[in-house]
Amino acid sequence: MALSRRHLLAGAGTAALAASLPMRHIVAQNAEIKLGSVLDNSGNLDIYGKPMVMATTLAVEDINAAGGLLGRQIKAIQYDTQSDIALYTKFAQQLAREDKVDVVHGGITSASREAIRQTFKRANVLYFYNVLYEGGVCDRNCVVTGTTPAQAVEPIVEHAMKKWGNKVYILAADYNYGQITAKWLQHYIEQRKGTVAATNFFPLDVADFGSTIAKIQEANPKWVVSALVGGAHMAFYRQWAASGMNKKIPLASTTFGVGNEHLALSPAEGDGILIAGNYSQEIPTPANKNFLAKWQKRFGDTKIVHEIAVSQYHGIHLWAECVRKAGTLDRAALLKTIESGISIEGPAGKVAIEPKTHHAALDIHLMEVKGQKLTIIETVKQRPPSDTAQYCDLLKNPDENKQFEVKI
Amino acid sequence: MDYAAVVVLEIIYMIAFLALISAGLAIVFGMMRVINLAHGEFVMLGGYATIACSKAGINIYFAMLVVAPIVVGVIGLVVERLIVRFLYGRMIDTMLATWGLSLLLIGLVELVFGNTAVSVPAPIPGYQVGSYQMGGYNLFIIGITVVLVLAMWLVLRYTRIGLIARGAMQSAEVVSSLGYNPNTVYMLTFTTGAALSGLAGGVLAPLTGLLPSVGGIYIAKAFITVITGGAAVIAGTLTTSALFGTVNQIVSFASTPVIGELAMLVLAIILLRLMPQGVTGRFFRNST
Repeated sequence: MALSRRHLLAGAGTAALAASLPMRHIVAQNAEIKLGSVLDNSGNLDIYGKPMVMATTLAVEDINAAGGLLGRQIKAIQYDTQSDIALYTKFAQQLAREDKVDVVHGGITSASREAIRQTFKRANVLYFYNVLYEGGVCDRNCVVTGTTPAQAVEPIVEHAMKKWGNKVYILAADYNYGQITAKWLQHYIEQRKGTVAATNFFPLDVADFGSTIAKIQEANPKWVVSALVGGAHMAFYRQWAASGMNKKIPLASTTFGVGNEHLALSPAEGDGILIAGNYSQEIPTPANKNFLAKWQKRFGDTKIVHEIAVSQYHGIHLWAECVRKAGTLDRAALLKTIESGISIEGPAGKVAIEPKTHHAALDIHLMEVKGQKLTIIETVKQRPPSDTAQYCDLLKNPDENKQFEVKI
Repeated sequence: MDYAAVVVLEIIYMIAFLALISAGLAIVFGMMRVINLAHGEFVMLGGYATIACSKAGINIYFAMLVVAPIVVGVIGLVVERLIVRFLYGRMIDTMLATWGLSLLLIGLVELVFGNTAVSVPAPIPGYQVGSYQMGGYNLFIIGITVVLVLAMWLVLRYTRIGLIARGAMQSAEVVSSLGYNPNTVYMLTFTTGAALSGLAGGVLAPLTGLLPSVGGIYIAKAFITVITGGAAVIAGTLTTSALFGTVNQIVSFASTPVIGELAMLVLAIILLRLMPQGVTGRFFRNST
């Protein structure tokens, strides 16, 4: 074997790491546990990120107030990625290499998740992604507490096709979430003998939907489904209502409400939009009321609490539960605990990790926007992430490291 | 047939939209050669002024047509006195200063209004073209733009104020020889430009969700419209708005809005390559 510079460096790195390990262990005995997060606390995506940052703070304070973990307090190291993908890579490196955190909860868009996931895998830092997404990530180092299309998209398609008919027009954001979700939508629609009139993709800064609205009318679908994302895309719902189309063709969405869009639109504009997801502030359980009261006390305003803030809160508590059960912060032991089938009761109900996929079975609510609230129509308990489970089995292939896509 | 009418209406709307967001910039850049990178933020402030007033119970038309231009005009006046007036003739420095200003304004609005999208519903209901539903508010925007452009043209062409402003555009000495202080003229021109941007922001507020960073949507389009338009403020802006609006919408209908925007940018590059002085550097040379 020729000894290349890379081998030499890798060897030296390992040696250095090995030398530093015992030291770190001793220091770590009394020091705080470090929980890292990388989230967009400013910029175009901060309607998603800000409440997640608050949820992180709240969850960590919760755990610390109850005495911490393993007798130690948790310190949250939160970086603001400013809706800039380049900063994700940078801060992920910083968390893994410099801050040497024990766990990371972060990433919002799927693009940001893919920008940082491998960094944490290489550095052996356990990573939680707590956002609804397009499904399929199969990576033993990564735990997902958000919903996937099989959980939140299929119920929408099923309900809407029964109620409104079988010709559908799809609008989606132009990055991996939107593209893959559009594929799933098409898959579920065609599975039920429906047809897709057309699929249009929009970059995140498009704010003029005049021609699109005319084209939708030209195609004359029974209903329209939107997987649009972010502040600029809000303009679609606005212009849709302004043209009076909201009275003519019903609208469903896989993302509406996640960025609190229902609060920005007037009741007349938002009413009737069909969505499905893991969380609504209207969930009548004591766990949810308790959570909202805590939020109110800490931050004042609960209006901005949305699904992925709750997912982030779930993720952190789930990790804490793992640490308690395992009695250690060692990654290998924690992964074993995760794969023993761990669950917590959160504001949005039971969150149970499936050992095979590291994704969560969740309660799914079918909801309708009514008077700026997400009114629950129907609830399915513990819906599994069956899309990802179709391809991914981490118990059998623990070294798998890819994102599966639906094949149509 | 109905569909053709819909396409034509959308084209006219896009032309009006471009002319509206460019008017303020056309005055500030076209007449004073000041590159105001905070133009998008002036538009954004107009939107916030409108929404804040409307939430406070003030009539929405009054808010967008009167309050928004006055608020942003005053902000423009302050900016001119504190920053821009020291930088006349120093194009790069002005760019840097106004860019900083744009970041500052975004930050301030974030502090005051928060970073979630806010908006008001459009006050005009949709209407029917054959079997198609159209946004009625778009017609209002078209109307406002026509009135605005007409008023600008009349003022610049037929009033003494317009004459002085055009004189200032030629050179400061012309104004001085007419017996006016060029500094005052510049100040008023900048304020007017800001007020027009505020008006645009106010009128457009009901169409999109408003975020502090929304200026970014407007600034690129406004700049390519004004720069490609060239020296004649009104004729230039109108010509390029018409060209870009038509191309953008036709391509959008034929493919997607993304390709539509691309087509518009490609057209701008071609036009500037062929006519580095802008469209009015070659055609309509003697117009306003």
